[in-house]
This record gives sequence, structure tokens and C-alpha cells, in this order.
Amino acid sequence: MEKRVSFNNRALPYLLLFPQLAVTAVFFFWPAGQALYQSFLRPDPFGLSARFVGLENFRYILTDPLYLQSFATTAIFTSLVTFVAMAVALFLAAMADQVIKGSGVYRTLIVWPYAVAPAVAGVMWMFMLQPSIGVIAFYMKQLGITWNPLLDGQDAMLLVVLASAWKQVSYNFLFFLAGMQAVPRSLIEAAAIDGAGRWRRFWTIIFPLLSPTTFFLLVINIVYAFFETFGVIHTMTSGGPGRATTTLVYKVYADGFVGQDLGSSAAQSVILMVVVSVLTVIQFRYIERRVHY
Amino acid sequence: MSAIAIRDVRKTYGKTEVIHGVSLDIEDGEFIVIVGPSGCGKSTLLRMVAGLETITAGTIDIGGRVVNQLEPRERDIAMVFQNYALYPHMSVYNNMAYGLKIAGFSKADIQARVEKAAAMLQLQDFLDRKPRQLSGGQRQRVAMGRAVVRDPAVFLFDEPLSNLDAKLRVQMRLEIKRLQQSVGTTALYVTHDQVEAMTLADRLVVMHDGIAEQIDTPLAVYERPATTFVAGFIGSPAMNMLPAEACGADGLKLANGEIVKPSEAPLPEAGRQVTLGVRPEHLEPASESAAELMLEVSAVETLGADTLAHGHLIGVSNGDGELVARLPGNAKVNAGDRLPLAIEPGMAHLFDAESGKRLGKDASGARPFRSKASASAEA
Repeated sequence: MEKRVSFNNRALPYLLLFPQLAVTAVFFFWPAGQALYQSFLRPDPFGLSARFVGLENFRYILTDPLYLQSFATTAIFTSLVTFVAMAVALFLAAMADQVIKGSGVYRTLIVWPYAVAPAVAGVMWMFMLQPSIGVIAFYMKQLGITWNPLLDGQDAMLLVVLASAWKQVSYNFLFFLAGMQAVPRSLIEAAAIDGAGRWRRFWTIIFPLLSPTTFFLLVINIVYAFFETFGVIHTMTSGGPGRATTTLVYKVYADGFVGQDLGSSAAQSVILMVVVSVLTVIQFRYIERRVHY
Repeated sequence: MSAIAIRDVRKTYGKTEVIHGVSLDIEDGEFIVIVGPSGCGKSTLLRMVAGLETITAGTIDIGGRVVNQLEPRERDIAMVFQNYALYPHMSVYNNMAYGLKIAGFSKADIQARVEKAAAMLQLQDFLDRKPRQLSGGQRQRVAMGRAVVRDPAVFLFDEPLSNLDAKLRVQMRLEIKRLQQSVGTTALYVTHDQVEAMTLADRLVVMHDGIAEQIDTPLAVYERPATTFVAGFIGSPAMNMLPAEACGADGLKLANGEIVKPSEAPLPEAGRQVTLGVRPEHLEPASESAAELMLEVSAVETLGADTLAHGHLIGVSNGDGELVARLPGNAKVNAGDRLPLAIEPGMAHLFDAESGKRLGKDASGARPFRSKASASAEA
């Protein structure tokens, strides 16, 4: 059923595609190529020359316990952010789906966090949870809850997960809500007549029918947690304490721009690229097969 | 199996009342069809019985139990939706088994029931398929299967055939009727299609603007429509409606000044404005001298079995004189002809011009035969 457009002028299609291809080339292929090139080099301490070292950089980082630890940190961080962001959004959307009055206002309000820059979100959460100035941290101390993300790695992880997930909830919410509203009302009514209560209707009818949305959001959220949480981590914990919140992306930055180890940083970027490609391919393959009911 | 009693049920959305007090008694095992144009409130009434809409006032009683406050699942009903509402992610088997699983039937019991229903509906070969792999008629049967397996007290049908093509609709109509008769479950069926209504119903409820205008057997509704609305809605082509003025014993004066005297009809008092209703099939060609109505033919539709002559009363060019006559298929009529017509004896209907209500209890159209149900409905 695909409709093919034919052009009379042979150059026109290329001309039309040129802007997009140029953007992709300049902002993706060129830097990616640079990273790949850099990953085979080792510069001298003053950055004046570089020496070809083959796969030495890769061998080095893959045997570096700190790098492997960062892998584990990223896995934990990504799973938590994805799960929290999606679960909260699903819950809120399920509630909002039943709201009739004021739903427009509610939706607008809940979308706001998405418009907040990651660094600003990080600062805002710090104002609430930073042990010495945070408002919530103050009351937690009053209640006798031990909370110190500046010293405790787990607290720090919890903090960055919260802030990162909070920012993504609105995005997920919008998609879940749209998905739920696309479920035909008569299906819900049929299930109600078949004897299913609210809870059961949700898990046996609505949730399965949302699976395309859910899988789409899973990909988006994992990619988000991997790459777009840098700002949050940087403003809140700077990857610390210790290296408790140093994700792979943060480590690329820390090793390359702070540690000036460009070769290692480039090799890490290349590995990240591969990880993301594989992740995306697997997920989209799975989606293709699974979500068409 | 159960009887339903609907007592003065009303439905209000905001300040607008859409159902103005409908009462209806349904006997156990009866097939009731609610028919009316779109927006008349028929679906709303059905959804109130189902529990999908709240009841603003009045009561609905299913099997001796007032169900106003009960959830749909507590009402022991099954419903077939217009768009089938099959669960798209479940196989045909699971679609039918869903309600049974929730009700807590054993696996073996569920299987037995689903297989029995599948056999009844010729769905055995499709149990593993997903709804999207089925044709419209098959989906419709799955929807019915889902209703049948639960063996509910009442079947509710919400325009179940309107998404099917004409041929399949006729076939499914028969299947629904057969199915309902074989299981003997009380059924409430909503449609806007008068043929479906006439063929399926034990009794018809003709609704208009939130009011049940007439509740009676299909034949009684056809023969003695209670209002001009019912008269115009049931029957195709629609009944001819001619405004007239009663002139005492002389008969009725039509818009063109001619006097008609319907035989056997007790005539209303002189001066009263009435509507004379005659079905197209009750007009027959007559000789010039015996003619009661003179039709100036403007268009002829040849249907094979019948020929429809459209036109207007001579001397009345506005809408008041429009007339259709159903003539035998071999009738020789052409546009432009003057066609003398007579009303079949006893087949004229008289309605009050203002209220639209039928005049005289059995004024005309009534055959000696009257069914029990229609007699009791009128009492």
C-alpha cells in the first residue's frame, strides 16, 4: 500500500534530503568518527601529540574495576529511574483517566516538570533534600531519619533516581494517558458486565492494551536514564560520594574533561554507542513482534 | 431467566431530561425490541438496565430484585455491543472464558461451557484465533458466545447488527432469534432498523424523544399505531398522512376541499382537525367514480414485486398532499398520470391533528384477531 512518489528531476530528492543529512553528518557521524579515532590514540600529558595504541584503551578500561563498577551503577540507576518514572506515571494516568472535570488544568500542571532543565531540577531537589539546607532533609532529621546523600552512597543514588525519575514522569504520563483514552469505552464496559472490578479491568484489559505504549516508553526511559541525566547527577552529586553515582556517561565526562584522559574517555564513548545500539535494536525487534495484538 | 420491570424510569443529563418516564413489564423469556430513531433514548434505556448509566429516577427490577444501585456485574446480565467490544489481545476462547474465570468456574467447567457455546455458534474452528483474524459475522458470533456462556438472566443487545452488511444482517437476525428461542433467556434488543424490530420482537417498544410511544406486538403496532409518530416510523414506505377537518357524518374534508368518508370509521365531531393516515399498501386503484383520492403521479419506482407511485393529491401542491401508493408490480402507471385511488375498507387511521394520538379505540385497521399480549398491554 506504500505510495511511491517519483521525481522528474533526479537531483531534487537529494536536494530535499540534504539539510537533514548534513545535520546528521555534522552533529552525529563526525563526532562519532572522532570518538572512534580518538579511542585508538593516547595523547601525551600536555596534549601536544598522540600515539596510536590500537585497542590498548579498550583493554585498559575493560579491566579497570572502577569502570566495571560504573557499569553496575548505571544498570541499577537506569532500572530504578525507568521503573519509578513509569510506575508513577502509570498510576497517575490511571487516576487522571477517570477525571472529567478540570482534567485540562491537571494535565497542564503535571507536564510542567518536563519543561524544567535537568540542572535546574537537580538544584531544586537539592533545596529540598540537601542535608544542611534542604527543607525536607530538615524534617527528616527531626524525625530521626538518617539521611546524608553527601556521605552515604545509597542515599545519593536514591536522590539522583528521584530527581531523574521526577523529570520523566510527565512525559510518560502523557503517553500513558493518551494510550488509556484510546482504549474503547465499550471494552471496559464489556469487562464490567463480565464481572471484572476496577483493579481486574485495569490489569487484564487496559494494561495489556497499553503494551505498545509501555514498550515505547521503556526504550525512551532507558535511553533517557543513560544519557540525559548528566545534568541532574552533575548538579546534585557530581558522581559521588565515592563513585556511588558515577554512571557511564558521567564517567566519560569525568575521565575526559576532568581527568584529561581523552583516549580512555573516547573508548568509553564508543562502548556506550555500541551498548545503546544493541539495546535499541533488541527492544525494537521485540516490540515489532510483540505489541501488535 | 427473569422478568424485568421498568417503572417510570427517567434519565437526566445536567438539566436536560432525555428519558421522560418509561414503564415496561417484560415477561420471562420474552424478546423485547426497543426501536426508534437515533437520539430517542433507546440506548440510554438499555444502558440503564445494564448498569452502565445511572438511573435518575424510577426503578428497574430484574427477577424481583431492584437493581438501581447494583454494579453491572451484580445484575446477572450479558450484553452484546454494536462494535462487538471483543478483547483484542485475547483469543476467541479467552474472550468467552473471561467472565467465567472471574466468576470462579473450574477449568473443566469453563471449557465445557465455552465448547458448548462455540458449537452452537459454529465457532469451534476459531477458538485459538484473535478477534482481528475473524470476519465481521464471526466477531458478532463471538460476542454472542460471550453472552451465552454465562447463562445470564437477561441478554441485552445494543444495535448488534448495524456494523454488518445487509446480507449478513438478515442471516444473523435469524441466528439471534433462533439462539434466544433455544436458550429461552429474556432479551432486550435495541435497534433503529424497523425490519429487525418487526422480525425479532415478541413485543415492540417504539420510542421517540424519550417516551415509549407504543408497547405492543409487532403486528398490533403496524395495524393500530398509537400515534402519528409510530404510524410514520413503522412501515415502509411510511404511512401517508393527510391533514383533514372532520365534517360530522359527511366524512373528512381534505386540504383540496374533497370529502372522504373512510368506511367503518367512527367519525370525530365536526370541526375537529385530524390527520388521516393510510398506508401505501392500503391504497388501491379504483374507477374514477369510486375514487376517494385523486393522485397526480410525479414519480414511479418499479421494485418488481411492487410499484410505488409517488405524487400528490390533485389540488394540493404543498407537502400536505404528498401521497405514495403501493401498487401491484405489473401496474401501468407513468409520471404525470392521474390515478384514482380508494382506501381499502377499514384501513384508514385517524389521529388528532394536535396531539398526534390515535382517535377511537379500535377505530380502524383492527382485524378481528387480537393477540393476548396486545390485549393485556392495552388493558
